[in-house]
Amino acid sequence: MSLIEIKNLIKTYPTGDTSFNALDNVSLSVEEGEFVAIMGASGSGKSTCMNILGCLDKPTSGTYFLDGIDVSKMSMDELSAIRNLKLGFVFQGFNLISRTSAIENVEMPMIYKGVPPEERIKRAKAALKIVGLEKRETHMPNQMSGGQQQRVAIARAIVNDAPIILADEPTGNLDTKTSIEVMEFFVKLNAVAGKTIILVTHEPDIAEYCKRIVRFKDGKIISDELNAVQKGLDSLDKVNSEGIL
Amino acid sequence: MIDFGSTFKISLRSLYINKMRSILTSLGIIIGVSAVIIMLSIGEGAKERINKDIASMGSNLLMVMSGSTTSSGVRMGSGTQPTLTIKDSEAMLKHCPSVLEVAPTVGQVQQLVYSNQNWSTTVNGITPGYMPIRMWEIESGRGISEDDLKNNTKVAVLGSTVTTNLFGDMDPINKTIRIGGMPFKVIGLLKSKGQNGMGQDQDDTVLIPITTAQKKLFGTDFPGMVKHISVQARDEESLESAQEEITELLRERHNLGKTKEDDFTIRNFTQMLETAKQASNTMAILLGSIASVSLLVGGIGIMNIMLVSVTERTKEIGIRMAIGATAMDIRVQFLVEALLLSLAGGVIGVVVGILGSKIVGLFSDMTVIISAAPILISFGFSGIVGILFGYYPAYKASLLNPIEALRYE
Repeated sequence: MSLIEIKNLIKTYPTGDTSFNALDNVSLSVEEGEFVAIMGASGSGKSTCMNILGCLDKPTSGTYFLDGIDVSKMSMDELSAIRNLKLGFVFQGFNLISRTSAIENVEMPMIYKGVPPEERIKRAKAALKIVGLEKRETHMPNQMSGGQQQRVAIARAIVNDAPIILADEPTGNLDTKTSIEVMEFFVKLNAVAGKTIILVTHEPDIAEYCKRIVRFKDGKIISDELNAVQKGLDSLDKVNSEGIL
Repeated sequence: MIDFGSTFKISLRSLYINKMRSILTSLGIIIGVSAVIIMLSIGEGAKERINKDIASMGSNLLMVMSGSTTSSGVRMGSGTQPTLTIKDSEAMLKHCPSVLEVAPTVGQVQQLVYSNQNWSTTVNGITPGYMPIRMWEIESGRGISEDDLKNNTKVAVLGSTVTTNLFGDMDPINKTIRIGGMPFKVIGLLKSKGQNGMGQDQDDTVLIPITTAQKKLFGTDFPGMVKHISVQARDEESLESAQEEITELLRERHNLGKTKEDDFTIRNFTQMLETAKQASNTMAILLGSIASVSLLVGGIGIMNIMLVSVTERTKEIGIRMAIGATAMDIRVQFLVEALLLSLAGGVIGVVVGILGSKIVGLFSDMTVIISAAPILISFGFSGIVGILFGYYPAYKASLLNPIEALRYE
């Protein structure tokens, strides 16, 4: 079974007399180690899909299996535990807790997991080192640049060893140079650490870093294909494996 | 569920981040708790003081005073017309079953002289029964005896104020003082009783045998007359019946017809003090209640600030929920924050309350007694207030939808 598997997902929002299907019979599966970009205009349903994938919201109907567990029927408290253990979030607005140091922000998911304090500090330090911020442990969010804040957020997303990272417009608030740094970091996380990454973006440049691009429109998936570059690389791999070169 | 240590740390941090706000919020509780403690300490002190008054005055005590004179319609107040006699007091002891002991007393202000010192005070002519009824004890020497009464001896027992003023550090026993020019031998000293409830110095007194006073010192026009008679009833319950019995007896002895007014007054001091005690009790409860209202208002302050805090930190709540906090985790966090505010306020309030009570005791003439009960009660109450008023904001925080909370700016 795939790491993420959603089937016939419908999410309905009531709007006055009628109702509106934000997600209309969506099915999608993501294998372990994939790097997926979800694209679409605003109102296309990509954010709703992300919320459900992130276990922050529940579908109106349909099933969602995460790592083999049916999470579509779980209670909010059970979903909290799933989010804590299986998912790491990276948001557009960084979403660090203000007036709380970098290391304390990174520690937070482990607090809710029940990791003892000494171990928390050790692992938070290690995670900050991975994102290259070991010298900024005690800095407050407002003392850091956007790129640095987003790296703290990434450290927070990986510190609990969650297999999946969900990134919602992670470069939306960053300049081009920092965006490239952050995206290269995601690529490394995917390639070296084997994290499954699902990333929402509306920028084609950003989507180019991903291996697979899923496009949403009007609550439906309109295309699901491998990235052109990835396609080329794959064929190159194939050629390689056939020993032609 | 996360461990308590971490919750505690998170809560403490958020309170620390908003230092000023936390201090001001706790201030409500601090004032409430300290007010309760101070009020109850003052109340307790007042009660204790009245108890001491009762003890120093003598228990189950009635005072029979001779009546008031009326000259051409001007009434002169009780004691101005000598109507009571030693015989009256003897009759009371004999005929009134509720009366345990009587002590007829005469008294006059006299000038006392010892060597080059002099002092003016009330000299009381008494019987031996006076001392136990009025709770006087002998510090040194001896008291007035029946023999002194029989022989009209010129002996005196001095109160401590008189001793200090006439003798300084010297031992007055067996020294001779002059009272109104007449030599008296000092045979004993009274143990100090301090001030009474009205602030009078009870130790400023001299006791001499009543017979000596009547026959030799006071040169009264009415031999055998006394100023007042202290009566001790058998117990608290018989105070009223003693009063009735004495009234009946005296009316009969003084030949007062049905239409005539009493020519004496009976005062029930014990009852007066009991009433005062009840009044001070009521006062303490009243003040305590007012103080608890301020504690309640402090609690509302906590609720107010916690509600603001929840709104302000909606995003933080969203983030915490997204990374794995359950509704319960959030609820506990905010409840602990409210509880910390109120308990910190409680601890500081206890300290302020104790200091405040001490200061009140030091700088006013009120007796203040700090006992454990009000401290425990008000501190416990501050905790209850924290939980009571912290629960709703915490509950509200835990109901937030993570998606909406994350979107909150």
